[in-house]
Amino acid sequence: MLRLPRFRVLSPRTYGEAAKLLDEHGAAELDRSRGTPTLRVMLVAGGTDLFPNMKRRQFAPEILVSLTHVRNAAGVQENGELVISAGTTLTALAQDPRVRERYTALAEAAEVVSTPQLRNMGTVGGNICLDTRCNWYDQSLFWRTAEGYCMKTNPEVVCRVATSSPRCLAVASADTVPALMVLGATVHFEDARGARDVRLAEFYREDGMSPSTLRSDEVLTDVTIPREDGWRSTYVKLRDRGSFDFPIAAVAAAVRWDGRAVADARVAITALASRPILIDAARAALIGTRLEDEAIAAAAEAVHKTARPMDNTSGTISQRKRASRVLTERALRSLRPA
Amino acid sequence: MSEFSVIGRRLPKVNSWAHLTGQARYADDLFLPRMLYGRLLRATRPHARIRRIDVSRAAAHPGVVAIVTGADMPAKMGIMPSTQDETALAVDKVRYVGEPVAGVAAVDEDTAFDALSLIEVDYEDLDPIFTIEEALEREDVKIHDESKRANVFKEVHLSFGDLDGGFASADHVRDDWFFFEGNTHAPIESHSAVASYGADDKLTLWTATQVPHYLHRELEKVLGLPRSRIRVIATPNGGAFGGKSDPFGHEFAAALLSMRTHRPVKITLDREEVFYAHRGRHPVKMRIRTGVKKDGEITAVHYQSWLDGGAYASYGIATTYYTGALLTVTYRIPAYKFDGVRVYTNKPPCGPKRGHGTTQPRYGFECQLDKIAQDLGLDALEYRKRILQPPHSRTVNDLRITSMGLGECLDALQRATRYSERHGELGRGKGIGLAGSAYISGAGLPIYWNEMPHSGAEIRIDRGGGVTVMCGTSEIGQGSDNMLASVAAEALGILPSDVHVVSGDTSLAPVDLGSYSSRVTFMAGNAVKDAAMKLRSLLFAAASEKLGVAEDRLIAAYHRIYDQNDPEKFISFVDAAVLAESKHGTLVAAGSYKPPKGIGGSFKGAGVGPTPAYSYQAAVAEVSVDLETGTLTVDKVTTAHDCGRALNPANVEGQIEGSAYMGYGEIIAEEQIFRGGLHKKPSLLDYKLPTSLDTPALEAIVVESVDAEGPFGAKEAGEGPLNPVIPAIANAVYDAIGVRFDETPITPEKILEALGKRDNRGVPKSRIGPDGLAERNGDPKRAQRRLDASTEGRERKRTPPLGSR
Repeated sequence: MLRLPRFRVLSPRTYGEAAKLLDEHGAAELDRSRGTPTLRVMLVAGGTDLFPNMKRRQFAPEILVSLTHVRNAAGVQENGELVISAGTTLTALAQDPRVRERYTALAEAAEVVSTPQLRNMGTVGGNICLDTRCNWYDQSLFWRTAEGYCMKTNPEVVCRVATSSPRCLAVASADTVPALMVLGATVHFEDARGARDVRLAEFYREDGMSPSTLRSDEVLTDVTIPREDGWRSTYVKLRDRGSFDFPIAAVAAAVRWDGRAVADARVAITALASRPILIDAARAALIGTRLEDEAIAAAAEAVHKTARPMDNTSGTISQRKRASRVLTERALRSLRPA
Repeated sequence: MSEFSVIGRRLPKVNSWAHLTGQARYADDLFLPRMLYGRLLRATRPHARIRRIDVSRAAAHPGVVAIVTGADMPAKMGIMPSTQDETALAVDKVRYVGEPVAGVAAVDEDTAFDALSLIEVDYEDLDPIFTIEEALEREDVKIHDESKRANVFKEVHLSFGDLDGGFASADHVRDDWFFFEGNTHAPIESHSAVASYGADDKLTLWTATQVPHYLHRELEKVLGLPRSRIRVIATPNGGAFGGKSDPFGHEFAAALLSMRTHRPVKITLDREEVFYAHRGRHPVKMRIRTGVKKDGEITAVHYQSWLDGGAYASYGIATTYYTGALLTVTYRIPAYKFDGVRVYTNKPPCGPKRGHGTTQPRYGFECQLDKIAQDLGLDALEYRKRILQPPHSRTVNDLRITSMGLGECLDALQRATRYSERHGELGRGKGIGLAGSAYISGAGLPIYWNEMPHSGAEIRIDRGGGVTVMCGTSEIGQGSDNMLASVAAEALGILPSDVHVVSGDTSLAPVDLGSYSSRVTFMAGNAVKDAAMKLRSLLFAAASEKLGVAEDRLIAAYHRIYDQNDPEKFISFVDAAVLAESKHGTLVAAGSYKPPKGIGGSFKGAGVGPTPAYSYQAAVAEVSVDLETGTLTVDKVTTAHDCGRALNPANVEGQIEGSAYMGYGEIIAEEQIFRGGLHKKPSLLDYKLPTSLDTPALEAIVVESVDAEGPFGAKEAGEGPLNPVIPAIANAVYDAIGVRFDETPITPEKILEALGKRDNRGVPKSRIGPDGLAERNGDPKRAQRRLDASTEGRERKRTPPLGSR
């Protein structure tokens, strides 16, 4: 089997200690735009994404700061808002009755990430920080040597997806993220100097090499979702196999009903660009409507316009582009009152 | 009551507990004292001359003990003696990305892995060839210098009966092109071998192989070590499906590294390497022309195939013939012509995968029959029943048919699925489809010419009544150990669980040619039965004397030998064994089996196709198509299979279901495809093997035609049931959406294309498939350009040229 590279593990007991360790090992100077093999220190939670990547030598950090032993790193609390600790496993999230009841899209999304075994290990924090994916990149060191590498690990090389692209086109692939976006989630970080909050919808950027504003020296500690009445939400995913697979197109939708009219709505997509996208035009098309077919079609059109699948996952560009519309329609129809 | 005490009972497989509890010792489970770990360096170029290999830095790396390269083992080898074009490790030239080039043995795996990157190989690139069309045309590039015409590996032409007359008398002729995409076996156990060369100058190789005997011969040739000093032990295979039936580079490398170091050496392939070792399903382009009368009676068939063989021969000569040989055994065909061409390309070699060479033409032919039935307004099931090749007949290409249960299979399917009533009636998006098929119960000839038995077995009964069966078969999960135990137990009147089986060991067991071509139940079963019946007559002679009952009135069952007229007159099996040993001496018997003469023709090429008995099978598939996303869901597959007699019905049903599952994967998703010579999806995440959760409901119906020559009437069950599933699903999709899929796999993209729902491009089509040899879609050189691209284009984009503002 593929072997892991040699590395050292540090096990802090608090997020503060974790941030301090990142700082001590020079994480602040690490720059993903110089290619991922240069990352010398990295965080690991469930390891379900990181370890396969390390086996393929996409990352070869000398030090891993493990979050496994951080106290109170897992759990879901309700105090005015829903507070999900970053170390909460996807299984726990999918099974939490409060999440299933009020934040349905999130439970549905968590439930369709990979396999039961990986959901038992994988965390919501890890899913939010999931590396972008590409079938010219998610390959072994041997394969990439034969390929001549690509921009994501070796910035001096072209992007194989579109060889004249000035940026890496790897695709956002985290299931829980669009669900969290339509639920209005905010993410919280700590570094050695302090803490910051970011609305999840503003956390990502259209760059496969550096797909979020996450800095190498900060730790994601928890995610909060505001409690607002009247929302219904869902997550619809297209993948090759019903058993397990990354999304090749996915839509999360949430609608807030005020009587028989839509008071507010949010639609977000993933696996259709380098970042997950909350689509404002879809919201505009839905507010004030009763989710009539025409309103849904207008929202789906807005999603379709935004979707920019590239030839770097399973499935095809045309299939996935079309699916962005179909999935949106299906998601929104399912949110109509029973 | 059954005439048998073991045969036909749903007894647990003798080795299931070991497999289920993790006690089975696969090759990678073996750890020997002082063992070294080996890894192979693989080619990073699809087609290149090796100018120089420098191993000095790797050899100096701490922990590295030995390194071998192709120059150390230059002898040509390969599974088919007539087409040996491979070497254990590449010599002078590499022909596909992933071809083994060098082997390193080190104190641990990490060290071996690190050392690989210290080996320097200087390649001189040659033009690569990736498509059938290119391979046929490019005279200027030779993947193998031996090819006379362009990159053709083998070309065959056979003609039987009056073809022109047949087509002239036809009322209707169909002429269709098909393409079957390549796919791979994906056994869950990756290949693994442990070699140990000892102080006695003898080599033992434990390896996950389907063909210990053929490997034994190749080891002798390549290592220059007499076969008498080599022992091959086939470990239990964690799935094989044809993918472990060639001699492989890692087996020779482990052996030579062990000979060099006098320490055991283990090489276990990682998952990606298994995709490079391959020998899986050939991509095949096909053209089938069939003439029929108004009532559907076939008047002539002209079948042509073009096989993309990858970089080496493997079983390719047999595969080529198999694409044409077995089309004639299911339905009456009075005139038949077959043209086949297999070409070399710069991709991992293709070879035998479950259904070897017959799966692709069967898919094309059964899809075409569905079209013919539709053209003529016939019920596809009734139609097939009307044109069946009769039992105990000879086909136009001189194949002997004996037992033939395809009609019963079709009847059983109609009862189980009500196909005829439901076909065409399920509404848009839902469909039901049907196909029939046949397969061999073992190839009629061995791969190297000889007059010896195809299978030998030895049985020993010890003084405590213990029974040991020794046979060279390889247990690949198909249940061959259980079959050996069951046949011996039935003959001797004991239970399979009483029997010790020693299989796959070239030193301890007589030769069996191997677990390929579905030959083991028929051939090894007959060999074991032969040996067991010899021992039984010794037991009966002793028992007859003791009981005073004539031998022909004795029955052996349930650990007793008794008088069939008075079962209370008996002696126990153990007592009978003691009496027999006292009377006859040590109780050992050998048995063997060789197929009868005259089961095939005598023309050149007649060696591929004959078998002592054909299995027959048919399948009905029920599908749903999501018209908006193009997603195809197979709801149910029902397969009826004529296995002659089910020695163990549970195991036969397992084989039928496993075959249906594998066929399902091949038509809905699996593809062994490449971009510029790089495998597109060499992992179990990306190669879309269905999981148990993705698998449709499967129903297996066992049909028993009781073959006169099979052991207790048995024929094969391990491969044939795969074949009809693929065209049945394609025909069901037609029933659902009115589109013919003359190309595999049936992906959502292709369904959307046919429905006119590809994003922004909407022209509905009634058919998806090739119209000739050319690639149907896209530009085969596109990926190569991506791989060759420099950053110039990107830099131009980043810095607008002077004067542009």
